[in-house]
Amino acid sequence: MSKRFVKVYPRFERLWHWTQALLIAVLMFTGLRVSGVHELIPFGPAVMLHTLSALTLLVVWIFATFWLFTTGTWRQFLPKVEGMLATARYYAYGIFKGEEPPYQKQMLRKHNPLQAATYFGLKWVVFPAIWVSGIIYLTYNFWDSGADSTFVLEVVRNIHLLAAYVIFAFVIVHVYLLTTGHGFREHVKPMVTGYDCIELTPEQEAYLESNEPGRLKPVAPAE
Amino acid sequence: MHASRNTTAFARLAYSLAFGLTASVAFAQEVIPPVPGEGSTADHSKFEILQQEFKSGPEVTAACLSCHTEADDQVMHSIHFQWEFDNPVTGQTLGKSKVINAFCGNVVGNEPRCTSCHAGYGWDDMHSAPPQQSTAVDCLVCHDQSGQYAKLSTGAGHPPLGDVPGEPVKGQTITGADAWAVDLMKSAQSVGMPTRENCGQCHFYGGGGDNVKHGDLSSALYDPDIHTDVHMSKDGANMVCSDCHTEESHNWAGSRYLMDAKDTIGTGEPGEHRFSASCESCHSDSPHEGDLMAIKLNDHVDKVACQTCHIPEFARGGVATKTYWDWSTAGRLNAEGQPIAEHNFTQSDGQELHTYLTIKGDFEWGENVEPYYAWFNGAVDYTLPEEEIDPTQVVEINKVLGTPDGEDSRIWPFKRMVGRQSYDAGYNKLAYSHVWGPTTDTAFWTNYDWGKAIEAGMKAAGSPYSGEYGFIDTYMYWPITHMVAPADEAMDCAECHAEDGRLVGLAGVVMPGTNPNSIVGRLGQLLVLLSALGVVGHGLLRLLSRGKGGTH
Repeated sequence: MSKRFVKVYPRFERLWHWTQALLIAVLMFTGLRVSGVHELIPFGPAVMLHTLSALTLLVVWIFATFWLFTTGTWRQFLPKVEGMLATARYYAYGIFKGEEPPYQKQMLRKHNPLQAATYFGLKWVVFPAIWVSGIIYLTYNFWDSGADSTFVLEVVRNIHLLAAYVIFAFVIVHVYLLTTGHGFREHVKPMVTGYDCIELTPEQEAYLESNEPGRLKPVAPAE
Repeated sequence: MHASRNTTAFARLAYSLAFGLTASVAFAQEVIPPVPGEGSTADHSKFEILQQEFKSGPEVTAACLSCHTEADDQVMHSIHFQWEFDNPVTGQTLGKSKVINAFCGNVVGNEPRCTSCHAGYGWDDMHSAPPQQSTAVDCLVCHDQSGQYAKLSTGAGHPPLGDVPGEPVKGQTITGADAWAVDLMKSAQSVGMPTRENCGQCHFYGGGGDNVKHGDLSSALYDPDIHTDVHMSKDGANMVCSDCHTEESHNWAGSRYLMDAKDTIGTGEPGEHRFSASCESCHSDSPHEGDLMAIKLNDHVDKVACQTCHIPEFARGGVATKTYWDWSTAGRLNAEGQPIAEHNFTQSDGQELHTYLTIKGDFEWGENVEPYYAWFNGAVDYTLPEEEIDPTQVVEINKVLGTPDGEDSRIWPFKRMVGRQSYDAGYNKLAYSHVWGPTTDTAFWTNYDWGKAIEAGMKAAGSPYSGEYGFIDTYMYWPITHMVAPADEAMDCAECHAEDGRLVGLAGVVMPGTNPNSIVGRLGQLLVLLSALGVVGHGLLRLLSRGKGGTH
């Protein structure tokens, strides 16, 4: 076993992540404006920006979903019960004692069990909820059929609102967790450069050396 | 509409550039005479029958009918002449001859003052139908283009006449101006299609003065700037009333008793002449064009009437409207026993408007007034004089029908007139009052005695009277549909999409931005707050526990 700098985030994934981050930030800002929480920009432009950002994100998502399934990366997001307790114990206790995190990034497993579970919930529940409710909300005039529709719209609107706040909460925790461990800069860097320090088995290392040398940084003095 | 006009103008320009220039170069010396008869094939000044000294309005009508053989019959079938309207939705019989309103009250007993605006001559008794002889129709009030035809304010529809046309005569016209002798021959020879001057002299002065009643129909519309009315302004579309209020056999589209409140037909088939005064009949039911915003705005038209956003305020253009009328205070005299007039409202043009008159009571006025909003399906239900009322509540003189989110309803703007007016306190119903009658000893405006005026009014109407009267608070609703602002002056989204927005309290519509602190909103905010507190707490604990081993 040796630690090597491996490209774990291909260019597409990084582009996807940052586009999504930007669009979600815009959606959060404009969404809060539209629901009346702040009045930093006028209502009309907020609605337009919200709609355009959502449609753009939808396109990005179509590409990302395609990418996830064709490359098999989707497996990264499957939750695993094993190790979850240890991870939870670490963030609730061990981290204050200066313990090492119980989980190390692996080549085919970028997320710790808690992360994986979180992303699984986001991707299978919260994101679909916000997308489906958002699209139904946006296309109201195509399916509106009188007084009952107003009630349906009210329900849809509240699902959208709740999902949005859950994502808001996720963003807070997500950004905060970047400050743990090696620190904020070290955590953000891989998503910028694509390279992260990963524990490789000799087989993996040998495979990469001979088949995908571009994904490995030369053995330089690590840090 | 604009597009087609522009296209036409452009085509004309292109045509004159292409051919006009060539023509003017080739035939520079030739003077082409103008095509005669602007907008008509007849020059009425050339008709012999109109070249006579008419002695009365009906004489002119007789001359008109010698060619326009069916016109009298057509007019007599119209609401302009009948003053009666059978509402097919409510089954009520309405019209000026039937209802009591929140302004001057009732017509019956006050003829010929009130019938001075009748589109006919000589209706001086509401107990009978309007005069049925064909010459009782007033052609000139709508068709005069000489600008000097008028109706006397107390003449049951007749014009002021005298020996010398143009010279002042006794009395006032229906607009309140000092009367002059009308030149009937000049008027008869001038006739043409109605302009805003024709419609305006009655409709701009309803309720006893300029813009008193409607709020969106005032003398400002004779020559409005573009901000006051984008359709009627000379800098806008320069349209006249009958461009929207289309006509069929002297019957006009558009009625505030039964409106086309949700027109889903739109422009109709190409070239179709639609009998509707709706916005959609020209602008279609998806009027916004272009970008994403246009799509979003078009999404509103199923619930929100065009007028709601495009007429942000009424009584614009410098003419105020009466917003409050309290009859109960009328009759106060000064120490000398003389009637009083107080003028405590200054209109934007500097004119002082009355706020108390002994004959009418107390008033409030408003300019640039924000409308009242309600769901409306176009039908109006009146509290008719024979209906029982609850005097402990505000009585709605007319109710606008429509249900929240109803298929047939949309959110409309209204002028809500606030009134205090007389009622029969024994029988709990609206009271008729006899206000005008210079020669009677019962008319309120002559004798200032409510008891006598109401007794006489009830008697004139043939309505049983308990002998007791009182005053009730009333509301009366006037749909706002004129004084459309230019598109870029339409209401901003946030006028409604805000916590204190204009439509607060209106049920049946999902309105983002009006309630950020709904239950779900609060729940979400709590979640975010807990997350924030959680990470702050976690972070602090990490800071405090630092040094007990590295953070790696």
